[in-house]
Amino acid sequence: MPMIPFPFDYYRPATLQEAVALFGELDAGGKRPLYYNGGTEILTLGRMREVHTEAVIDVKRIPECRMLGRHAGMFVWGASLTLSEVHDAGLFPLLGKTGAGVADRTSRNKITLGGNICSQFIYKEAVLPLLVTDSLVRIVGPTGDRVAPIGQLFDQTLRLGGGDLLVQAMTATGYAELPYVTIKRRKSSAIDYPLVTIAAIRTQEGMRFAFSGLCAFPFRSLEMEDILNNRELPIAQRIQLASAALPGPILNDIKGSALYRKHVWSVAMTEAMEALEKGASIGR
Amino acid sequence: MKEARCQLELRINGDTRLANAYPTDLLLDVLRDSFGLTGAKPGCRNGDCGACTVWVDGQPMKSCLLLAAECPGLEVTTIEGLKGGEMQRAFVEQFAFQCGYCTPGFIMNAEALSRLQPPPDEDTIRDWLQSNICRCTSYEEIRLAVREVIQRRSEGKLAEEAERLVEDGSGGMKGELNG
Ligand code: FES
Ligand code: FES
Repeated sequence: MPMIPFPFDYYRPATLQEAVALFGELDAGGKRPLYYNGGTEILTLGRMREVHTEAVIDVKRIPECRMLGRHAGMFVWGASLTLSEVHDAGLFPLLGKTGAGVADRTSRNKITLGGNICSQFIYKEAVLPLLVTDSLVRIVGPTGDRVAPIGQLFDQTLRLGGGDLLVQAMTATGYAELPYVTIKRRKSSAIDYPLVTIAAIRTQEGMRFAFSGLCAFPFRSLEMEDILNNRELPIAQRIQLASAALPGPILNDIKGSALYRKHVWSVAMTEAMEALEKGASIGR
Repeated sequence: MKEARCQLELRINGDTRLANAYPTDLLLDVLRDSFGLTGAKPGCRNGDCGACTVWVDGQPMKSCLLLAAECPGLEVTTIEGLKGGEMQRAFVEQFAFQCGYCTPGFIMNAEALSRLQPPPDEDTIRDWLQSNICRCTSYEEIRLAVREVIQRRSEGKLAEEAERLVEDGSGGMKGELNG
């Protein structure tokens, strides 16, 4: 019995240009192509007919998508690196450890950074460290090759045009020296989607925060950061005020009521802010 | 759309094998149905249970989360390819199973874990072993078996390292007292 209840063709282009051209051709032919990185979501959602395609374009052996290293003061993260590879490289613990909170180790040997950021699920936790570090993203598509700050392109999801492929993210290396916090709180089991995930960093100008699981999309809010950095108020009051400035309603679902999530978030935020204000890091 | 089979050249347990597969076929199914390698077990078929774990280029992966079409050019190792070994023996000695359905997946994961350098700490062991589910809840015995092998291997590595240092006469001081 086939696992995937619909047929598709499999392509493995060798270059970015080939991948983009192939996407254009297949799209024009009505094949509803999808770029395929780790592919875990296409396979598991495909099984339940929540994803449909007639062609997958496997990009994970394209050299630019596999890049990992430093270039011109930036870490370069190929979108096809697995979350395990990013973690094990140990270059930037905030990104590595936040990614290591996703799924389980063996699955993270397949789930990629790009796949997580472009996920159909609402959590996309690997994007949080990129948001708080004003990272750049490199996109290749029918309109060419471009680099943009992630804050410009990420609004609830990564806003890509048809045929656009996320190739890399780039983070200034200096961020790896700063105090950081990554906390994931789940309802009960060790592997699950988050009630709330917090990624935070403390720069010279103040603390920066990004959240997943709190609302129906991951976000960083400058308005909330202004409130959270107001050191004239006690931490508890800042958190209370910031919660009134959330960019959407708090999630209220089977994993946690809105009230419970808010409580869990407040406790985790207290821990995060106390650590950062002391210049300490928390990574788990 | 009618699906067409394609011929895939796969490296499995050190051999080159040909499979006539659909692009949508999972590695798990090709291993079992085309090659009779039934050590990788279908459990959830959704990436949750780890019963289907194999190695791809030495990394444990769930073969239900891989298309066979992704695998040409990669080295796939199944439990059959391990040909027994220390981890399997430790599972037997510790009675680290009841029905045994999860065992091949656990062993593939644990064997890769036990080869890590430097040897894994408790957090890493816990993290890795969370990738597999045992419905018979043999977790305690599994943990004991895995820890035993890791400990034996790390002691072996320490002994090897000590021997090497004695042989090259460095006493481990190289580069450590330079400033
Ligand atoms: S069958 Fe593959 S993880 Fe369960
Ligand atoms: S021994 Fe039965 S599932 Fe693990």
